[in-house]
Amino acid sequence: MLTFDHVSKVYEGGKKAVNDLSLHFEKGEFICFIGPSGCGKTTTMKMINRLIEPTSGQILINGEDIMKKDPVKLRREIGYVIQQIGLLPHMTIQENITLVLKLLKWPEDKRKARAQELLKLVDMTPDYLERYPHELSGGQQQRIGVLRALAADQPLILMDEPFGALDPITRDALQDEFKKLQQKLGKTIVFVTHDMDEAIKLADRIVIMRDGQLVQCDTPDEILRNPADEFVEDFIGKDRLVQARPNIQAVEQIMSRTPVTITPDKTLQEAIQLMKERRVDSLLVVDETNLLLGYVDIESIDRNRKKFQLVGDITEKSFLKVEQQALVRNTVRQILKRGVKYVPVIDEEGRLVGIVTRASLVDIVYDSIWGEEDTVQ
Amino acid sequence: MQDIILFFQNNWGEFLVKVWEHLYISLIAGMLGILVAVPLGIVLTRFKRGASFVMGVLSVIQTFPSFAILAFFIPLLGVGKVPAIVALFLYSVLPILRNTYTGVRAVDPNLLEAGKGMGMTVLERIWHVELPLAIPVIMAGIRLSIVYLIGWATLAAFIGAGGLGDYIFSGLNNYQPELILVGAIPVTIIALLVDLLLGKVEIGVTPKAIRKIKEA
Repeated sequence: MLTFDHVSKVYEGGKKAVNDLSLHFEKGEFICFIGPSGCGKTTTMKMINRLIEPTSGQILINGEDIMKKDPVKLRREIGYVIQQIGLLPHMTIQENITLVLKLLKWPEDKRKARAQELLKLVDMTPDYLERYPHELSGGQQQRIGVLRALAADQPLILMDEPFGALDPITRDALQDEFKKLQQKLGKTIVFVTHDMDEAIKLADRIVIMRDGQLVQCDTPDEILRNPADEFVEDFIGKDRLVQARPNIQAVEQIMSRTPVTITPDKTLQEAIQLMKERRVDSLLVVDETNLLLGYVDIESIDRNRKKFQLVGDITEKSFLKVEQQALVRNTVRQILKRGVKYVPVIDEEGRLVGIVTRASLVDIVYDSIWGEEDTVQ
Repeated sequence: MQDIILFFQNNWGEFLVKVWEHLYISLIAGMLGILVAVPLGIVLTRFKRGASFVMGVLSVIQTFPSFAILAFFIPLLGVGKVPAIVALFLYSVLPILRNTYTGVRAVDPNLLEAGKGMGMTVLERIWHVELPLAIPVIMAGIRLSIVYLIGWATLAAFIGAGGLGDYIFSGLNNYQPELILVGAIPVTIIALLVDLLLGKVEIGVTPKAIRKIKEA
């Protein structure tokens, strides 16, 4: 789908931003370009839609040389999302989302229908269409920025650190959302970032660059397991290499299979009794078929014990959970980032199968530190 | 005061003609100013080096005494409305040009990059991004310019272009203070009214959301 063939970019004054880059990406791949600032990752991305023109070499999209296409037409066929979001403040959300469609001269009613359809993808209600960008939060604005790049159903989307300016929690949520969206829509994404966590989480393949040169291009797992050189190792960081130990992969391998559960029809009295017996401060609430409904913790029981009788009345329903196939390193990151004490693990049907607690983390760390030494000996 | 009322009773029709001439001269000059200065201002944002030169030249023109400019055009264009309009037009250009240039330059470059990256042509970027965002600043320049022109248009009478300046000059020449007032007061009133009107136009052409952001 996208090919770089010995592409170089030399700026006026002789600075070599990109040096003899050759790469090939398939349709539907999520590609992250990463490297220290000034490594040429943004230049590389901007050459794809000719915001910057290559000095030598060829870039092909579906076999077509982009230099032979009209740049305006080319750009309308490629989605573009920037860090500063770049929504036009004088246009409504609808006008912003459908800007490219307007340039392509779609009729008004079709544009409106498309905007509504797109807004559904990010779980925003149609009443946002008439609002203006300044009335939205940063996270919502960037969701619109992403939708704008999807509007004309462009098969290829370029993203220049799109989540870089958002706060960590919003960024995390948007990354999850966007990864799902990308898989659903089968888009090819070229994503520039300097955040290794982000690249590992999102990318199918990561392109690591330094001083305009390609250092390594591989899947996140491969890069974590076999970093090409010391630079890559440094760039990834020691802690991530530990997380990437191949013997621990899916959450189900490290979870505890005996979480303490309770059904919603039990009384709060019984809940406290159970907590005392099992020496825990929160209980996972499941129904008869073991479907995970939520949790209750000691604080909420204490707060509500005069007002409510049953566990079901005070069950907290919004919480972090992971599927058993989820990767350990992502789960560990979520536990550490969000500062939660544990994460329940569910199967595809949403039934509770286990729990990852901070104690499980201790096991992982123990395993990776002492386990590694064992293999050396 | 009596004299003024008497004057209006006898010269009502003539007075209206003078008001019309006055508006005609200043507004035509202003329109020409807008037609030249707005596009030129946008073009100059593309040539930053040329911009300071053009702006410098226009600043120098702005410092010429208006009487001198009017007199200067007599040998070239003769007397009457045409040289008056040309001279006033020259004065109107700078404020509009400078505000257009400043307003368009102040548009967030990220928005322009987003626009370009989405596949907007140069004209589409000017029309959909730069003008809507710069319009409050451009309109401020237009208002200032046109209000000045209405004042300066009194001098046009000096080269036979007519307008309310006629009353002021004959009042000065014949020592009739009431005639000076008959000329000067309506000029002030017209200038205020036009400014008020252009204020409404400014609100009308400024995109709703930009107005709200400014108010907030």
